[in-house]
Amino acid sequence: MASITLEGLRKTYTGDVHAVKGIDLAIEDGEFVVLVGPSGCGKSTLLRMVAGLETITDGTLKIGDRVVNNLEPAERDIAMVFQNYALYPHMTVYNNLAYGLKNRGFKKLEIEERVRKAAKMLEIEEYLDRKPRKLSGGQRQRVAMGRALVREPAAFLFDEPLSNLDAKLRVQMRVEIKQLQRRLKTTSLYVTHDQLEAMTLGDRLVVLSAGKIEQVGTPMEIYARPASMFVAGFIGSPAMNMVPLEYLQTRGTHDLLNDLPADTDTVGIRPDDMRLSPPDAPHLIVDSTLELFEAAGAESHLYVRLADSDQPTVIRVSGQPPVKEGETLRFYVTREALHPFNSAIGLRTGD
Amino acid sequence: MQTKRSTYQNRWLPFLLLAPQLAITLVFFIWPASQAVKSSFERTDAFGFKTTFVGLENYARILADPSYLNALGRTAIFSVSVTVLSMSLALLLAVCVNRVLRSAKFYTTLLVWPYAVAPVVAGVLWWFLFNPTIGLLPHLLDWFGISWNHRVSGTQAMILITIAAAWKQISYNFLFFLAGLQSVPQSLMEAAAIDGAGPFKRFWTIVLPLLSPTTFFLLIININYVMFDTFGVIDATTAGGPGQATMTLVYKVYTDGVAGLNIGSSSAQSVMLMGIVIILTFIQFRYVERRVNY
Repeated sequence: MASITLEGLRKTYTGDVHAVKGIDLAIEDGEFVVLVGPSGCGKSTLLRMVAGLETITDGTLKIGDRVVNNLEPAERDIAMVFQNYALYPHMTVYNNLAYGLKNRGFKKLEIEERVRKAAKMLEIEEYLDRKPRKLSGGQRQRVAMGRALVREPAAFLFDEPLSNLDAKLRVQMRVEIKQLQRRLKTTSLYVTHDQLEAMTLGDRLVVLSAGKIEQVGTPMEIYARPASMFVAGFIGSPAMNMVPLEYLQTRGTHDLLNDLPADTDTVGIRPDDMRLSPPDAPHLIVDSTLELFEAAGAESHLYVRLADSDQPTVIRVSGQPPVKEGETLRFYVTREALHPFNSAIGLRTGD
Repeated sequence: MQTKRSTYQNRWLPFLLLAPQLAITLVFFIWPASQAVKSSFERTDAFGFKTTFVGLENYARILADPSYLNALGRTAIFSVSVTVLSMSLALLLAVCVNRVLRSAKFYTTLLVWPYAVAPVVAGVLWWFLFNPTIGLLPHLLDWFGISWNHRVSGTQAMILITIAAAWKQISYNFLFFLAGLQSVPQSLMEAAAIDGAGPFKRFWTIVLPLLSPTTFFLLIININYVMFDTFGVIDATTAGGPGQATMTLVYKVYTDGVAGLNIGSSSAQSVMLMGIVIILTFIQFRYVERRVNY
């Protein structure tokens, strides 16, 4: 168990490609931190730098109190779960789990004991004699997890471990990873591009974009108060709607727009904050035309175009409202639902 | 695996399409092979006037012939050394090229060149290099106090044909090993590195086992190569000499048959050689492949 500290971590490839542009992050002992961002944002590179699979161009990386910048992956006391599991195809499940322990010179009995314990925890005991190719995707995933946890490392690193699973299994494994981490209390760093996975798994999220941190916080902090337009668009599904402030002002609907911070020029509104019935609190009224109605079971997504504007907007409502495509839809937004942004710098203006 | 069945309008068309391949196989393999089997049971007189059926006498004779049994032993040594030498060097080169990021293509091209050289030319090349009078290598070896003359020393002659034959086959093995190495996922190496395995350990415990299908395939190919295709190399370098020191089975088939005109014995030998290769390949598939499978 250990904390992980990243100070000004940079990765520059030859040809002046800056993959990671100075990351400062302190991960506490036992914390589950999720790195989330679109593909190419440098999240995997960052994780691989922590693992020791990529060299660190600049900055300091500490695991516990040790600076590990120049240590081999094996010496960093970490375990990693790969996207494609990276199980050794020629070894049985047992040997896959035991390999890391054997290399570290553990006694046979101790290896046996640890492997059995991990296998029991992950419910893969009956597959110990099988080769990985005889296992299903979910079972392979468990073996990959098992290989990480037999070593009882200081930290777990996960590189999009669920992206090769089908949707149902993904949810199930997500829950299991979370429960396992709660039980073992091992510091974990988890990379994903899936915002839902990030929201549900992490104690804290680190939203990355173009090699830089956009925002760090608990999932709900980030959801409730995105620090930038990028984060607002990335976290939450469907994505937050961005409406120019000018448009709302020309609609002349309400004076609650007046107390927005001075340099606001864009207002973000979450799809689920757009009500179809007027709330008690003071609210804006906006008219729109329903272009597409998408029923998704317990909820519905209404794709509308704002009146006198070509602004596409999504509204999320629970259940199936009695609406028809092509009809005019009036919706209501309260003051709390408005996220003020400045589009020139892409940041939140306060509030 | 499911195979697609094609249907033809004309039922003779498939046969017509197969005909060229079948004709070639018939004319260049089936017919000569059956001729060899046939004449291995016969004895032809010195002038080729009379051919008599002698049953298994040719076989009995060669199996009792010490020079044949010696050739058998030498062939065993020769094939094991050529296979081991060419495969291990090829693997070493493939590992090196696989590590090079830039100009790997360039090295690959260079390393594949020897394969384009005809066996006889390869033989002549090494014959020049090792020529006791004009060769470069004997001259260099002399500095180390080694007197090289493969025309006198049987062991040296054996070393010479082994080097020449192995050199020729390295390119082929190299290409397959390189392809094999490139199909080992990078993430496995990374996982093993995190699992505390150093580069050598990774090679022995991960790479080599994953290469085993390639290695197995090459083993068969190489043994077949040494058994049959090294004739040109031997003919150009030592011609079986000195004495009988480099007389391998395939070369003996030639000397007894073409030079010695003992067609019956030569045919029996070539049938035996074919039998040996068939048995070896069978054993390899039967017992070795089972361990390769993962």
